Amino acid sequence: MTTLKSTVDSAADVASRYDPVIGLETHVELGTVSKMFCGCPTTFGAEPNTQVCPVCLGLPGSLPVPNEVAIESTIRIGLALHCTIASWCRFARKNYFYPDMPKNFQISQYDEPLCTDGYLDVTVAGRTVRVEIERVHLEEDTGKSLHVGGATGRIHGADHSLVDYNRAGIPLVEVVTKPVAGTGALAPEVGRAYVTELRELLRSLGVSDVRMEQGSLRADVNVSLSPAGSGVWGTRSETKNVNSLRSVERAIRYEMSRQAEVLDRGGRVVQETRHFHEDNGRTTPGRSKEEATDYRYFPEPDLVPVAPDAAWVERLRTTLPELPAARRARLAGQLGATDFEMESMANAGVVELVAATAAAGAPADEARNWWLGYLTQKANAAEIEPADLAISPEQVARVVALVGDGTLSVGLARQAVDGVLETGADVDTVVAERGLQRVSDVDALAAAVDEAIAAQPDVAEKIRAGKVAAAGALVGAVMKATRGQADAKTVRELILQKLS
Amino acid sequence: MDLTRMTAAELGAAIASGETSSVEVTQAHLDRIAAVDDRVHAFLHVDTDGALAAARGVDERRGDGETLGPLAGVPLALKDVIVTRGIPTTVGSRILEGWIPPYDATVTTKLREAGIVVLGKTNMDEFAMGSSTENSAYGPSHNPWDLDRVPGGSSGGSSAAVAAFSAPLGIGTDTGGSIRQPAAVTGIVGHKPTYGGVSRYGLVAFSSSLDQAGPFARTVLDAALLHEAMAGHDPMDSTSIDAPVPPVVAAARQGGTGDLTGLRVGVVRELSGQGYEPGVEAVTREALARLEKLGATVHEVSCPSFGYALPAYYLIAPSECSSNLARFDAVRYGLRVGDDGVRSLEEVMSLTREAGFGPEVKRRIMLGTYALSSGYYDAYYGQAQKVRTLISRDFAAAFETADVLVSPATPTVAFPIGERANDPLAMYAADLCTLPASLAGLPAISVPSGLSEGLPVGLQVMAPALADDRCYRVAAALEADRGHPLTEEAPAL
Repeated sequence: MTTLKSTVDSAADVASRYDPVIGLETHVELGTVSKMFCGCPTTFGAEPNTQVCPVCLGLPGSLPVPNEVAIESTIRIGLALHCTIASWCRFARKNYFYPDMPKNFQISQYDEPLCTDGYLDVTVAGRTVRVEIERVHLEEDTGKSLHVGGATGRIHGADHSLVDYNRAGIPLVEVVTKPVAGTGALAPEVGRAYVTELRELLRSLGVSDVRMEQGSLRADVNVSLSPAGSGVWGTRSETKNVNSLRSVERAIRYEMSRQAEVLDRGGRVVQETRHFHEDNGRTTPGRSKEEATDYRYFPEPDLVPVAPDAAWVERLRTTLPELPAARRARLAGQLGATDFEMESMANAGVVELVAATAAAGAPADEARNWWLGYLTQKANAAEIEPADLAISPEQVARVVALVGDGTLSVGLARQAVDGVLETGADVDTVVAERGLQRVSDVDALAAAVDEAIAAQPDVAEKIRAGKVAAAGALVGAVMKATRGQADAKTVRELILQKLS
Repeated sequence: MDLTRMTAAELGAAIASGETSSVEVTQAHLDRIAAVDDRVHAFLHVDTDGALAAARGVDERRGDGETLGPLAGVPLALKDVIVTRGIPTTVGSRILEGWIPPYDATVTTKLREAGIVVLGKTNMDEFAMGSSTENSAYGPSHNPWDLDRVPGGSSGGSSAAVAAFSAPLGIGTDTGGSIRQPAAVTGIVGHKPTYGGVSRYGLVAFSSSLDQAGPFARTVLDAALLHEAMAGHDPMDSTSIDAPVPPVVAAARQGGTGDLTGLRVGVVRELSGQGYEPGVEAVTREALARLEKLGATVHEVSCPSFGYALPAYYLIAPSECSSNLARFDAVRYGLRVGDDGVRSLEEVMSLTREAGFGPEVKRRIMLGTYALSSGYYDAYYGQAQKVRTLISRDFAAAFETADVLVSPATPTVAFPIGERANDPLAMYAADLCTLPASLAGLPAISVPSGLSEGLPVGLQVMAPALADDRCYRVAAALEADRGHPLTEEAPAL
């Protein structure tokens, strides 16, 4: 097996020879109380097949009735993405056989989507890229299959399969971009930034809980390469159900490298669906059943057309909240952040966290440093989003305050944050229980200083000889001995005093 | 007093007055079924216990002094395409053999609320595809007028039950003529309501944009009473019309006075001539003469697009059915064939559908799958939808000069069992007269207009959308002028 070069390097390498074109199809489960075409609840994580009825089980004779809130949510998404809202459109049946689809057709939209022709701007490396939106349409989700036995976890080779229809019929919005070209080596980051920004937008609209790990937001990532400057688009692969922001970026990187390798060899990229593997960052070909088939779309005869009149659309427009881009512009002023800092915060998904931390009393730059620095590290290590860390902006603000008043050093503050993340207790409790207060009491430190001097007589001699810079080694020894609780400045003063 | 010879209106009144009870009436019909149904084979499932329990319920409510509807306690034969909680629903197919629905259709609920007693589920062409009940997986029903002939289809079990006096009321469903054609060939009244007039929730779909349930009865008033009980807006059906039920009972009573003064009747030129039996045309002319005698003016209208109704129908209905019937896949309910733990899911699905569907159903699934295929959609499904628009325009133009349009309900009298079973095109021709109103979603009734060679002929009366009452008015006037329901002339079984 060929070992891939470091993927970060390879994106630039690939982009030097090929123009990558990406496209994203994002599925959003709406957070409506009931399903798209029946009254069943949509709660995540219920016992299998407990949130079902004749309609979402597709029992003979049952009929769909559209959820008006879902239609409104879709229109609001379209408006927030600057789309044109159709004055008349229809649902369509997408016909294919699969056991997690109770009717063996999915009610979706085909050539008459609710929303068309919008855009979403994202900023990567200081460059703003306008991602054009082809369409936003509404459909129903399928059930979930669990294939038991077999090596792949897929239906082929499985001993048997279990199907949970709780998810069947949950309203699903699909946001489809037009092909995004011209981003070169930034393509993976642009893809990630787009999904990040879309998620912020959806969250601000309050239409979905946008939890990628629970599948309420999932992206299909299309990637193709064309020889640099040729202007001819290459054949694309479609990587299905990528379920984290990081994976979106990784999947694009991998596909760029993989396709470049194929093309470098003089091979042809096969148009196919692929699966992304979180564990090794690779994609593998999907089974033929998921490949493009003839879906025999036709207008859903069980539903009447949806005809949003202008007054309805305008009323929905008035319900739009301040959108993330505008909010960020406003917050940039409030936080005194530069464009670059705002971009970093936006792409790390911490803008709201920083703003909330600042609102809780922390200086804006301190808040930003914590969230972009140590807390993002912790989130990455845990493979979760910063927002899902078990620490609130208020607690972070408290940490900042304790550093500010000298109670904690930065090192102690990190230990305090670790304690909060581990235990869920508040900062003051962690500090008290773990005895993390900084020690600056001269008497308490004197003994440790004496021990350090005694342990390193050669260093002490250099200091006595006037080489003050050598004091660092002794300070370090004292800090280590006090498990970081000593106030370094006081320690240094004590050492110099004793050796002068 | 033979309870099975009475009309539904008479039975309702007799039960209300205490002259008889619902249990007595129901038992009389169960006895009749026991006596004749081995020959007629109208029923797939007789729900003896359920029917008697429902009848007792009505009698008890009556005993408690409750005021119930005009059909409370009256028994009914329900087509096996309407789902019934706890009672098998097969749709005439092997693929649903043994399926017990966990829910009631809206029509079923409305029947229960009206106190109407469901005697059982009636035979039908599989998935309502056919004009004779010969496509039933459970064998054909027989026409009570001549047991060697078909009772029409697809709702032939219900029409046969009503014509055989096994039930005073029946419910059918009509996609391309499946109420009107069986009504015509069994000498009873059958009405297809305006599309959206009766809820489709719980009606196992054949062709969603065409399917519509409606009443069968031996008299126009009975049909109207049942229509009123089963119709009305249903929030569970998005295509249900949110409008009051047309005043069909009042119209039937008004028509019963025999006065049609000022009514403009248009005779559709295209629904006559080649392919129409001379006897049917003669009876139709007699009926038109009666309408004129009752004060109506009769003139000919032309609807040139009606000639395309048959091909358009046989693209639209199969297309929708190919999708509607996809759910019968052995995964969740119904038949499962070949699940030996070794075969793949696809194989089990294929084997199940191979064994579970009959030839006509397979033919239509294949036709529809083809018509919806990429590259063919525009030429077939798309074109058929355009024809549908043209047909609606022809109707609109004709209704500018006519209040109702009339034609024979079917080109021939009941044909012998087996005659057309292997000739799909000949079978399809049985629906020539009924297809245009189906495609346009308009109300149409078939009312007995006389006999040709001893077999019943029906007159079809079509009206604009939501003007179902006009169909009943004209039908009732014709019935009044004849003097008695045609079934009184039927030979004894």
